[in-house]
Amino acid sequence: MINHLPILQVVIPLLVAPLCVLFRSPRLVWSIAALTCWIILVIAGVLLHEVLSNGVISYEIGGWAAPWGIEYRLDEANTLVLLIVSGIAAVVTSYARLSVEHEIAEDTIPLFYSAWMLCITGLLGITATGDAFNVFVFLEISSLSTYAMIAMGKDRRALTASFQYLVMGTIGATFILIGIGLMYMMTGTLNMADLAQRLPAVSDTRTIRAAAAFLTVGLSLKIALLPLHLWLPNAYAYAPSAATALLAATATKVALYVALRFMFTVQGVDFTFGQMRLDLILLPLSVVALLAMSMVAIFQTNVKRLLAYSSVAQIGYMTLGISMASATGLTGSILHIFNHALMKGGLFLALGAIMYRVGSVELDKLAGIAKRMPWTMAAFVAGGLSLIGVPTSVGFISKWYLILAALEKGWWPVVMLIVFTSLLAVIYIWRVIEVAYFHAATDENSGIKEAPLSLLLPTWLLIGASYYFGIDSSLSTSTAKLAVLRLWGGGL
Amino acid sequence: MITAQTAILLAITIPLLAGVLIALTGKHPNLREAVTLLASLALLLTVSSLLPAVLNGQQPILNWIEMLPGLSIRFQVEPLGMMFASVAALLWPVNSLYSIGYMRGNNEKNQTRFYICFAIAIASVMGIAFAGNLLTLFIFYEALTLSTYPLVTHSGSENAMKSGRVYLGILISTSIALLLVAIIWTWQVTGSTEFTPGGLLNGKLQGPAVGIMLLLYMYGIGKAALMPIHRWLPAAMVAPTPVSALLHAVAVVKAGVFTVVKVIVYIFGLDLLRSESSAQWLLYAAAFTIIVASVIALRQDNLKRRLAYSTVSQLAYVVLATAILAPLSVAAAALHIVAHAFGKITLFFAAGSIYTASGKTMVSQLNGIGYRMPWTMGAFAIGSLSMIGVPPAAGFISKWYLLLGAVDAQQWFAIGIIIISTLLNAAYFIPIIYAAFFKTSDAANTHGESPLPMVIALLITACLTLLMFLFPQIPLALAQQLAGVGA
Repeated sequence: MINHLPILQVVIPLLVAPLCVLFRSPRLVWSIAALTCWIILVIAGVLLHEVLSNGVISYEIGGWAAPWGIEYRLDEANTLVLLIVSGIAAVVTSYARLSVEHEIAEDTIPLFYSAWMLCITGLLGITATGDAFNVFVFLEISSLSTYAMIAMGKDRRALTASFQYLVMGTIGATFILIGIGLMYMMTGTLNMADLAQRLPAVSDTRTIRAAAAFLTVGLSLKIALLPLHLWLPNAYAYAPSAATALLAATATKVALYVALRFMFTVQGVDFTFGQMRLDLILLPLSVVALLAMSMVAIFQTNVKRLLAYSSVAQIGYMTLGISMASATGLTGSILHIFNHALMKGGLFLALGAIMYRVGSVELDKLAGIAKRMPWTMAAFVAGGLSLIGVPTSVGFISKWYLILAALEKGWWPVVMLIVFTSLLAVIYIWRVIEVAYFHAATDENSGIKEAPLSLLLPTWLLIGASYYFGIDSSLSTSTAKLAVLRLWGGGL
Repeated sequence: MITAQTAILLAITIPLLAGVLIALTGKHPNLREAVTLLASLALLLTVSSLLPAVLNGQQPILNWIEMLPGLSIRFQVEPLGMMFASVAALLWPVNSLYSIGYMRGNNEKNQTRFYICFAIAIASVMGIAFAGNLLTLFIFYEALTLSTYPLVTHSGSENAMKSGRVYLGILISTSIALLLVAIIWTWQVTGSTEFTPGGLLNGKLQGPAVGIMLLLYMYGIGKAALMPIHRWLPAAMVAPTPVSALLHAVAVVKAGVFTVVKVIVYIFGLDLLRSESSAQWLLYAAAFTIIVASVIALRQDNLKRRLAYSTVSQLAYVVLATAILAPLSVAAAALHIVAHAFGKITLFFAAGSIYTASGKTMVSQLNGIGYRMPWTMGAFAIGSLSMIGVPPAAGFISKWYLLLGAVDAQQWFAIGIIIISTLLNAAYFIPIIYAAFFKTSDAANTHGESPLPMVIALLITACLTLLMFLFPQIPLALAQQLAGVGA
């Protein structure tokens, strides 16, 4: 049983997805989904423990030996991502019941949870697999279910947002497939470890360079790296609140993990940064993403959109760390994947609670809301402070490593950029805080009560975690450092 | 007797616990205020229990959680921190007494939130005072900013919100944009952020980099209010007066100059700064702030604003004293933190007392008020004398050592600045006292003294100002220990 954990954590949610459609009762479906997610979290925890104590786990599906069969390969890097995805999924699914009942018509709720479980299956599969084509398969599973979830948003604009993402996402997926196909053409293998060994021999060909380019562009679309981020703000703003929280905390992170896997493990540092000079492309894009998207966030009137733009900016931090092509920078990136998942997840859950009570997250509807929903807004403030990077929050840990990495390189302008964008975060977070705390409540808001406990607890769980790992970062930093060693060494 | 380590932990947890209890007892104002007063007395006892050991030259250490690899939250009680913590612990009970009178006398709303934030701010101050490395100091420094923000914006008015923006904007942006960078840079250069006697950076950093690092630190510590980042201080004047007293005398600004002294003595080290020509600008920046802030204070009619600019100028004294880089002047800086605390809190208490009793906020309205409020204005006079630096007030002692240090280091420029600013101080404080006692009031005023708790509180702080002049042994001993470190 324990040997099969790597595949079970993908198969269980996959099996639960059709079950969700069979049991039509929303409550029952939710219970099954939530239970499944907690089971997966336990599995991920066991796997991380195994990997940290006994090293890499290799699992051959159906007993077919790699590189011919599909291999699941768990090391420090992807097990950490597994833990993030399953942890977030467990918390957000627990949260989802009331929020989903409020925002989605009753008869489509089972379908929503079905898409939900498929999305989680896809994200976990992408992360766990050691097979390049399998990555594409799971990417499509998660993407298609995501389009469906976004389209179920209450607002009719959710449909166009979903369609927009569908078009962009499909282009991205196609690019990824072309990239993988070209690599297969040159090496005859799809297994990542095998690819990593065979690629150097042919890396100086136009085909492989084109493959790398296709892969990079395709993955950048899924990461929402500027300027390929256009799908994200609308998708996040109009998707059901629970779905937004799940996607914001996991989807882009998983895509970024795949990018890291291809850049470092499959293609190798020498090819990616030495030959292709990806750092030269990532650096300006990250800088522009950070500056422009933070500024755009300041001018948003819908708080979900505001946080969505903030997400695009925060992705800039992650790619900035990669573009430094140094161990410290990469540690900062991986830490920020983990840290940002916690804080953005918590923030979107807080917004979901507001949506549940107020029915809107337009800024002017939130006047004086802090008096009515003190705990929800306190969670928002705490998450916001983490986004700013106040010490004892996880945001501080990420900034510490990123600034340290920039100082090591002597990149003073980048240091200034990191702190300057933190200050932009102060502005967009404080705009919300001022409205919620200082503006007089409108008449419509007078009857609003604090969000129910089943929404508050998961919200505070994520916010609490984002402070726990800010005060005692030993687990996250040590795992991130091991992951960096693993990625850098090419030892997949 | 509790161990020193427990005392350090208690010093931080007592105010935090008080915050929780205040929240729980919020419905019963008398009980709530009892919690504040009891907690403040307990804190005073705890902090004073550390004093004998520190006076004997010990420095209790407490390592807490390892926040980043190789970098713990760490506390170490050294002389300067002991002084700062003692001042805050001594003034919290007095300030609480005063707050009770003021908040009730003015029927302020949200009093529970007020007392909670106040308690958290005091906990942050304890954390800053006992911080054993820059990381710990930075954590509590930011906690102090955030916990005082709701106090500054207490009234919730449009005006308070705007001032809150300035307050938070300047303090957060300087600390993240400059101080944090300086701390990480220090960590990158030395692999440590610990406060080290003789200077952590000494021997590790040379040339213009020292000047730049000093710039990052000095303007990163926005709470020290060096011009031109002093704007948050006058803006914060919208807060209720006990908060102004807390900000100006006990917590925020003192945390600023305390950090300045600590960084210069323990992070740079006096030797390093003396040998680097790129680090000499600090003296002139401080001198500029002293003079310009005094001139601005001279022109303010609003009493609290005048006091605020006086604070800006007095803080720059501490920076100037440290920037002279002589052991005696470092001692003077430490003493001035204490002396200014006692004097300025008295002045703010008096301003709040005038407002509560008569509703007056302008200097020009104070003619003859000394006859109606003799205790308040008497205390105000003592506070003013301390600001000017005249015996028998505490300000004299710190100014004396400051001048001694400056003569020692042959800093004639600094001496000139001190003399000019003393005259300016006299020029903006003496007319207030003169008007209060020697001019006749123009309108029919019927008010008398303010509520009793306020009068008691301001008399206590006035007495402290006098007592520190008469019995300066303890602060002097601690200051000399610190100067010994710097030498």
